[in-house]
Amino acid sequence: MREIQYRDALNEALNEEMARDPRVFVLGEDVGRYGGVLQITRGLLDKYGEKRVRDTPISEAGIMGVAVGAAMTGMRPVAEIMYIDFSALAMDQIANQAAKAHYMFGGKARVPLVMRTQGGGGRGNAAQHSQSLEMWFVHVPGLIVVQPSTPYDAKGLLKSAIRDDNPVIFIEHKLLYSTTGPVPEEEYLIPIGVADVKREGKDVTIVATSRMVLFALAAADTLRQRGIEAEVIDPRTLKPLDLETIVTSVQKTGRLVVVNEGALTGGFTAEVAARVQRAAFDWLDAPILQVASEDVPLPYSGVLELEAIPSEQDIVNAALEALYWN
Amino acid sequence: MDKGLAEQAYRRMYAIRAFEEKVEQLFAAGELPGFVHLYMGEEACAVGVCSALKEGDYITSTHRGHGHCLAKGGDPRRMMAELLGKTTGYCKGKGGSMHIADLDLGILGANGIVGGGIGLATGAAYSADLHADLEPGIRRKVVVCFFGDGASNQGILAEVGNMAVLWRLPIIYLCEENQYAEFSPSKPFIAVDRLELKAQAFGMRAVTVDGNDLLAVLETTRLAVELARDGQGPTFLVAKTYRIEGHTVGDPLTYRPKEETAAWKSPERDPISRFGRRLMAEFGFVERDLEELRQRARAAIEDALQFAVDSPEPEVTALWEDVYA
Repeated sequence: MREIQYRDALNEALNEEMARDPRVFVLGEDVGRYGGVLQITRGLLDKYGEKRVRDTPISEAGIMGVAVGAAMTGMRPVAEIMYIDFSALAMDQIANQAAKAHYMFGGKARVPLVMRTQGGGGRGNAAQHSQSLEMWFVHVPGLIVVQPSTPYDAKGLLKSAIRDDNPVIFIEHKLLYSTTGPVPEEEYLIPIGVADVKREGKDVTIVATSRMVLFALAAADTLRQRGIEAEVIDPRTLKPLDLETIVTSVQKTGRLVVVNEGALTGGFTAEVAARVQRAAFDWLDAPILQVASEDVPLPYSGVLELEAIPSEQDIVNAALEALYWN
Repeated sequence: MDKGLAEQAYRRMYAIRAFEEKVEQLFAAGELPGFVHLYMGEEACAVGVCSALKEGDYITSTHRGHGHCLAKGGDPRRMMAELLGKTTGYCKGKGGSMHIADLDLGILGANGIVGGGIGLATGAAYSADLHADLEPGIRRKVVVCFFGDGASNQGILAEVGNMAVLWRLPIIYLCEENQYAEFSPSKPFIAVDRLELKAQAFGMRAVTVDGNDLLAVLETTRLAVELARDGQGPTFLVAKTYRIEGHTVGDPLTYRPKEETAAWKSPERDPISRFGRRLMAEFGFVERDLEELRQRARAAIEDALQFAVDSPEPEVTALWEDVYA
C-alpha cells in the first residue's frame, strides 16, 4: 500500500468529500489562496471556487458562528481554527450554539459541522499555541471529539466527521502532519466512536491519544526488550468513548496506563481511569496510572517544554510501575 | 399593503400582546419555571419585519423572542406548551421560553445568549447565498437577525458584520433599540449617539426607522429585503422602540421613572393603537372590525393555553433523546 503524509491524507479527505457533496464547504483563515497555514486545504480553491473555499478575516467567533448557521440551514461546513488555543475566541458559538441546538430545539435542528483544528506541544510554540484542550469539548454534551494519530485514521475519520449530522471537533496534532503511513487509494471510512488496538499485548494496556500514540508504541518497543508485551489502544474518538475496547483489554492484562497530552488535572486520563475502575475493578492487579502534562502553561524553552509534556520514558516508567518492576 | 396583510398584521400584533399578558399572569401565579422576557411594546418591529418576508426566509431571534416567533407565523399552541414544559411544545419541553425554534418556518431559534443569534444568522445568509449558486434560478432566501441595543455591544457583531459586507450576504441586521440592556438603560453603555453609526465601521448600509410605526418598519424592511435578495448585500436597520416591561418578569424597574413608561404606553405611542388608527383612516376599518380581530387573537391565546395545560409532561426517558442527531 502507498504511504502518504498525515497532511496529505487530510487534504484527500476534504477533496473527496467536496467532490461528492456540493453542500460541503471549507472556511477559515488563509485556507484559500494560501492553502492553509498547514497546507491542508491547498489546491481546493482552484477546484471549488471562493464560496466553497472561503478565506475569512481573523475572526474565530465569526468563523464558527457562520459555520453553525450554515449547518443549521442545510450546508456541511468544515471550519478551520488554525490553533486549538484560538477556539477560546469562538467558545460561545461552539458550546452554547452548535452543541445545544439539536437537543434544545427538541431534535429538529441539525448542526452537521466539523471544526478542524490542531493542538499539542513539542515545537516551542509556547503557551498560547501548544495546548491540548480536547477536554474542553469533551465536557460539553452534544459535541463529538475526534483525535486521529495516523494518516489512515486521519483520512477515514475526517470523511466520517463531514458526513456526520452532529458538530464534530476534529483535533489534529502539529507534530503529526509530516508523519507517514499506509493509506489505500480506494475510498474508505472509519466509524466515529470506535477505538483501534494499535498493538496487541498481554501484560499491560496503554491507552493513548493523538501524538501520544506514537510515544506509546515506541514505549512498547522498549518494554518488549525487557520481555513485557504492552497492548496499545488509541480511542481515536474521545467522545463518545469506546470504553468496551479498553475494558476488554484491561480484562486481559489487568493493568492500565492512560496517556494524554493535556494537563493532568480534570483531564482525559482521570476520566478513563474513573470509568475503567468502575467497569473492571475485579480485573485490575495494580492502580491505574496516569501520564499527562504537568499543570503549567506550556513554556517556550525546549528544556522546560520537554519536562512539561509526557515522554516515551514516562510511559515506560508508568508501565513498569503498573507491573511492580521497580 | 393590501387589506388582507393589514388585517393579519394587526391580529398578529395583538396576539403577541395577548400572549405576553397571559405569560405574565402565568409567571406571576408561579405556573412557569425559569424566567421569561416579554416583548410588549415592540410588536410593530417583529410584525412589520416579518410581514416583509416570504415563507422560506429565515429569522434569528433573541431571549425576548415570543413576538418574533408569532410574527413569523409560529403556532401559539406549541409555544405555550413549550413554556409549560410539555411534550407538545416546539422543543418537547426541553427548551422553554428562550429556545423556541421552528425550522420549518425558518425560525432558527430564540437564543439565551445576548447576541447569540448574530453569528448564526450570518451563517444562514452564507448558506442562502451558496444555495442560490448551487441551484441557479431559485429565489435567494433572505435572513433577518433580530437583536437589541444591548446586544449591539457584543463582539460577534463586529466580526460577522464585516464578513457580511465583504461577501455581500443576504441579511438584515435588525437592531430593536428598546432603550434597555438587561437591568440598565442602554445609552450610558453605547459610545455613539446613533446606533446606525456602528454599521459605518463595516461600511454597511444603515437606516433608522420609527419602530413603533408598523408601516414604516414594513416599508423599510421591504427595501432592505429586495436589495438582499438581489445580491446587493446586507443592511443594518435600527428600529427605535421601547421595552414596556422589565428585563424579566419580576424586575422591580428601579432604574427608570414610571412616567417614562406611562408615556410610551399611551395610545399616541403604543404601536398597536397607532396601527389601529391607520387601519381606520387609510384601510377602511371601523372600530368594530378591530375589536373582532382582537377577539380572535385573544381566543387563539386562550385556546393555546388550554392546549398546553391539557398536554402531557415528558417521560423521564426523554432526557436521553436527541443528544445526538
